[in-house]
Order: sequence, then C-alpha cells, then structure tokens
Amino acid sequence: MAQTAQRTNGNGVHASEASKDELLSFYRDMLLIRRFEERAGQLYGMGLIGGFCHLYIGQEAVVVGLQAALKAGDQMITGYRDHGHMLAQGMDPNAIMAELTGRRDGSSKGKGGSMHMFSIEKAFYGGHGIVGAQVSLGTGLAFANKYRKDGKVCLTFFGDGAANQGQVYESFNMAALWKLPVVYIVENNQYAMGTSIQRSSSETHLYKRGVSFNIPGEEVDGMDVLAVRDAGRRAVEFVRGGNGPILLEMKTYRYRGHSMSDPAKYRTKEEVDEVKTHRDPIDHVKKLITDAGHASEDDLKAIDREIRDIVVKSAEFAQASPEPDPSELMTDIYL
Amino acid sequence: MTQILMPALSPTMEEGNLAKWLVKPGDKIEPGQVIAEIETDKATMEVEAVDEGVIGELLVAEGAQGVKVNTPIATLSNGETQNASSSMEEAPRSGGGGAPSVVKKEPQEARPSRPVASPPQSALRADSSSIEEELPAGTQMIKITLRDALRDAMAEEMRRDKDVFLMGEEVAEYQGAYKVSRELLQEFGPERVVDTPITEHGFAGLGVGAAMAGLKPIVEFMTWNFAMQAIDQIINSAAKTLYMSGGQIKSSIVFRGPNGAASRVAAQHSQDYSSWYSHVPGLIVIAPYDAADAKGLLKSAIRNPNPVVFLEHEMLYGHEFQIPDVKDWLVPIGKARIRRQGADVTITAHSRMVAHAMKAAEELAKDGIDAEVIDLRTLRPLDTATIIESVKKTNRLVTVEEGWGQSGVGAEVCARVMAEAFDYLDAPPTRVHQADTPLPYAANLEALALPSVDKVIEAVKAVTYR
Repeated sequence: MAQTAQRTNGNGVHASEASKDELLSFYRDMLLIRRFEERAGQLYGMGLIGGFCHLYIGQEAVVVGLQAALKAGDQMITGYRDHGHMLAQGMDPNAIMAELTGRRDGSSKGKGGSMHMFSIEKAFYGGHGIVGAQVSLGTGLAFANKYRKDGKVCLTFFGDGAANQGQVYESFNMAALWKLPVVYIVENNQYAMGTSIQRSSSETHLYKRGVSFNIPGEEVDGMDVLAVRDAGRRAVEFVRGGNGPILLEMKTYRYRGHSMSDPAKYRTKEEVDEVKTHRDPIDHVKKLITDAGHASEDDLKAIDREIRDIVVKSAEFAQASPEPDPSELMTDIYL
Repeated sequence: MTQILMPALSPTMEEGNLAKWLVKPGDKIEPGQVIAEIETDKATMEVEAVDEGVIGELLVAEGAQGVKVNTPIATLSNGETQNASSSMEEAPRSGGGGAPSVVKKEPQEARPSRPVASPPQSALRADSSSIEEELPAGTQMIKITLRDALRDAMAEEMRRDKDVFLMGEEVAEYQGAYKVSRELLQEFGPERVVDTPITEHGFAGLGVGAAMAGLKPIVEFMTWNFAMQAIDQIINSAAKTLYMSGGQIKSSIVFRGPNGAASRVAAQHSQDYSSWYSHVPGLIVIAPYDAADAKGLLKSAIRNPNPVVFLEHEMLYGHEFQIPDVKDWLVPIGKARIRRQGADVTITAHSRMVAHAMKAAEELAKDGIDAEVIDLRTLRPLDTATIIESVKKTNRLVTVEEGWGQSGVGAEVCARVMAEAFDYLDAPPTRVHQADTPLPYAANLEALALPSVDKVIEAVKAVTYR
C-alpha cells in the first residue's frame, strides 16, 4: 500500500472476479437495502415514521462491498444515514423497521429512532446524529482493539459533509500517531445536505485529506460493489497488519433528498437521472450476473420476491408492534 | 387491490396539491418509479412507487388542491406478482381522510401524568468494600494532599482492573500538568497512561468510543474550561447513548480535571461547570472537597458503569487533609455529607466552597448562630433527602457555589426545598454565588466577584434576621 493518496479506480486497477454466489449475495444484500429504504419512505409518507429519516438509496454498493471485506467481530460505526449499514451487518430488518416506527420491538426499544440504533452482537456501534462525532468514537473503538490486541478492525463511515468537521482531523492525527486499526470511509455522495462538495470543500478529492497525517488514501468507485470490495480488502489487510489507519473515498450518490423533508432543489433532475440510468449499483451487479449467465431474469425475479416479502413483513411487524410502555420513559438512563 | 395514499413529504406536511400524474390507469409500475408530482407551499416533490403492480384507477385528479395526507390517490393491483399483502392495507386511516398527522403526533397511549423526576436508585449504588459509615473503631488517619489522594485512587483502580486507563494532555511523561498523575506512567506504562495531543474534542470522543467497546477510560482535562471543546461528546455521546440504544451501549468513563476559579487566570480559565453538567440526565456529577471524599468518590466513579463528570479544584490540590488509613477506601456516589451539625441554618456547598461554609460556620458560632453545613459531594444524583431533612430542622437555607447564580446548583437546591419543605421555611432561601460577570483578572475585582466567607456570613445573617 502506497503511503500517499492515490486514485485506483478507472485507470489501471480493475476489480477482480467474483463468484456466482458472491455476486448473487451482493445483489440480494443491496436489493434488501433498497427495498427496505423505499418501504421506510412509504411508511414515512403515511406518518408512521416521524422526525428525521435519511435514506441510503443509491449508496448500497459502499456498505455491501465493504462488509464483504470484514471478519466476524470487526466493528462498524456511522452517522445518521445508517439503515444500510445495519442491514449489511445482519441486524434484523423487523427490529430496524420497528425502531423507525418508534415501537417497543425496535432495536432501541423505540427510544432511539432512525439515527440511533446499535447492536453489540453484530458489532454495529451506531447510528450517531451529530455530524462527525462517530469519527472520534470509531477511533476509540479502534483504540480499544489495539489496547486489547484482539486483532479487530473498525470501519468508521462518514459523509463528505462530516469531512469538514474538526474532530475528524483530531481523530486522524491520533489514529496515525498511535497506529490504530481503523479504516476511515468517506461516503462522498457529493452533497452535504444541500451544499455540493464544490461549494463546501477547498480540496474536493477527499481521499487526500489524510495526507498531512501520513494516512494513505484511495479513491474508489462507490457504485461498483466489486471495486469497493477489493479496496476494502486491501484496506482491512493494511490496517490489520498494524500499519495504522487508511482512508477510502467512496464516490457515490444518493438518489433521494438529504432527509425525507428535502426537496433537493440544489441539483437537477437530469443529474439524478443520469446516475440512476447509467451508474446504478444494483443494475451493475444485475448485469454482471446475467452477462455471466449465473442467473436468468426469472431467477432474479424470485430473489426480488423473496426480498419484498422480508421487507413487507418488516413493515407489518413495525406497525403491529405496540408503542413502548410508558414505564420505559425512565429506564436506561443509568445502569 | 391496494391503495396508494397521499404521502407526507416532510414532518409537518398535512396537505398538498397533486400537481401532475406521470402514470395512467393500466400502466405497469416498478418500485422506485416516479408516479406523480406533488406541490406543497415549500416545494415540488416526486412521489415514487414502493410496490410494483398495475395502476387501477386515479382517485384524485391532476391539479387537485389541498389533498390531505393519507388520502387514497390511486389504486394498484398486484399485477403479475402475487404478493400476499402490502402494508398499505394496514395503513391507519382517519375516517374520510381527516388529518392523519394526528396519528403521528398524538399516539393513543396515555403519557404518564407525572414523570418521576428522581434518578433511579441504582445510580446511587456504591460498590462498597469499606465505606465511610462503617469505619472500624480505632482507624488510623493519615495526612495526604488532595492531588496524591486522587493519584492513589487512580493507581489502586488501575491495579485492580486492567481495563482502566488514563489519557489526557501531559498525563504521562510530564507527570500531569498539576502532578495528579505523578509516577503512574512508571508503574503502568505508556499503553495505560496515554499522552494525547492538545485535542480535547478528539480524545474525549476517542475515550467514549473506547468505553463503548467496554474499556474504562479516565479522561483528564487539563482544566474543565478546555472541555467546552469536548462537551458534545460528553453529553451527546457519553450521556445519551445508553438511553438511545435501549440499554445496550454503556459508557463507563470518568472525565476529570480541575474546575472553577484558580487564581488570577481570568475569565476563560476560571469557570465553574457544576450546573452545566448536573443539568444532564445520564451523567453522574461529583465535586468533592477533601482528600478522603476525592479518593473514595474517584474510586467509586471509576467502578461505576455510567459516565461520570468529576470536578476537582486546583486551589485544593496542594492542601493536606486527613484520610482514613483503610484498604480500598470507597465513598458512595449520591450521598451528601453533613460536615457540621447545627440547629439554626442549613448551608449547602460543594468543592472548595465547603471550606468557605465551614469557616463561616465557625465565625457564626461566635455570634451564637449554629449552622449546619452540608457538603453535597455529588451534584447528580443530588441527595435531596439529606437537604430536606436538614431544612426541616433548621428552617433556613443558604446555598453556596462558586459558579454563576442563574440556573445554578443553588437554584436547584432552593427549588427542591421549596417544593418539599416549603411549610418549614422561616425565611426565603438565599444563594451565594459568583457575580453575574466573566471572572475579572484584577485581584480586587476577582475577590469581589467570587463567593467569600464574609458573603456566606452575610447571607446567613440575612436569613436568620440577625
């Protein structure tokens, strides 16, 4: 791994092959996120989900590809656009959807909501609502890994907006200084809420943001799950080897607004359509599968139905689950 | 056949205009396909299909104004896929398309009419090995400075539990900016006594992350003034995550360092954060006065599974106090200490102000006023019972704190006393606190701004009508 920032997508480095099973698994996992998010958007529209709800549609390849690079026990932590990460880490869609509807069977008993969900069992540490806070926290998870010498790696996700928060660089400095096992992933979907990266960042190539800390960086096509997986494998191996942190910039795109209440007037419909039509991460995998003859349209339809059933059931579960008992108001404040 | 409902596109949207249909009856639609455009007073937004199927009937015409959220706008047949159900069918409908936002905003469940404000008892729990109340007769007392008592507390807990580590600026090689961590590096090594860069926000967050992973960090702030850079991580991450995770993620972490006014260091280095942190549910806030309490409470704090804000006082670091020569000395969190029994007035204080209160009580005794001095020690959970019991006996209250008065610790003590012992009061409770100004540098102005023994005496005389 080079010690300097580099771009590895497009010219030169090509994604390696993937097996039939792996491709089908990527297709399934990405589709689950997309269908889940669409359903969440629908429940939001029906008034069943309240507050803020940030959907991951368009960015599915990032978390699915990176998850494939992890070993059991490796941690993930992210910001508020977290539904995809939880699904990728194997958390129960029912519990996630029930948390979105604020019900007692939600993964945080209905007390956290969209932005605040966790699972120690699945090594998912949130789910954090303050932009950039998870970067310091993820660095702390990595500190604990090193303290315990347990060989675990922490994937710390943040967006292009969070990339301008000061504590990101405070964390970079300590992580590099102490060679902490953390992979920083900036999911550059090009808009920090309504502000484009060009309007917010003096250096828009975010993979270079670690240079002054001696953190190697790499730009990756975040719409290509295989490119993501390969970059993830390289990064995780580098970090697990005791070489300190690494920064991956995933060039990606969110199809929906920043949150449900965002009319997305800061970008053109043509821009969004262009990505949906030509760079969609699920279409890409679908094409890889059908081109290789791994599955027929009918086979894929069967997967679609299977995913739809999981999502429909999660929505039913989330509506059937009762609201939290009033006694829950005063629990979980102290241990 | 399912119905497609008018969606809410923002948390506050109650109705909108159906600007344009992009599908017609008989059209086959896919999930994610844009089927209509909706206008609100704020924006035009696209409605995407969630289910696949075939559009049946358009129930609301293009151009319709003021369509209430959740009104059926079209029907959808399942088409070729035979999905058993769509969750749309379970959608809550307010009869005749009434305002469905009511469903969201006013859940039928009754809210508890009067939430219990007192903290759960478990927070008061002390892991008692030997607590002060059980001191065996003949226990030897030894002299020790406050700084060494704090150091010993950390060293003992680090010996006891390898998950405990100390991090902060200058804690290791330099031996502590105030020498509180003297010789810890030599005993525990650089992996457990960690010098950080000057990066409060970052290392506070890193500490909380390590705590979420199950370690027990002690995070030293060189002074609490600098922790304002880190307060987001202390409150938003450390204090709230247990609740937001439904009890899954704990943060057993101690944030500690000197708090309040030192001497002639001016406004930015002289602030008392007692009331700031004691405002926050999820935090335990401790502000000890003497070495025995500092040691016993710091040990309890390190063992406590909750995030603890531990407020020390720089002006006391070098003071020598008597401390019981007991192995594993622990003081329970959440329990005030009556430092002087008295019958005429109750004085509450914490941290360095306890010294002022005790000195004032001595002086007042000469005038025949018998003051009871309560050292609050823990500010959250506040030991209300001890205060109330005392006021019921003395019928008068003076609160003393180094910080500002507004929304301060004294204000809280007064409010609790009025709520629970109003009928016992013979005079309005009175607060002694810092003047309502940034702390000045000039020696005379600084003295004017801060609470003093004389000001406590004056307040006591006022409430005792002397």
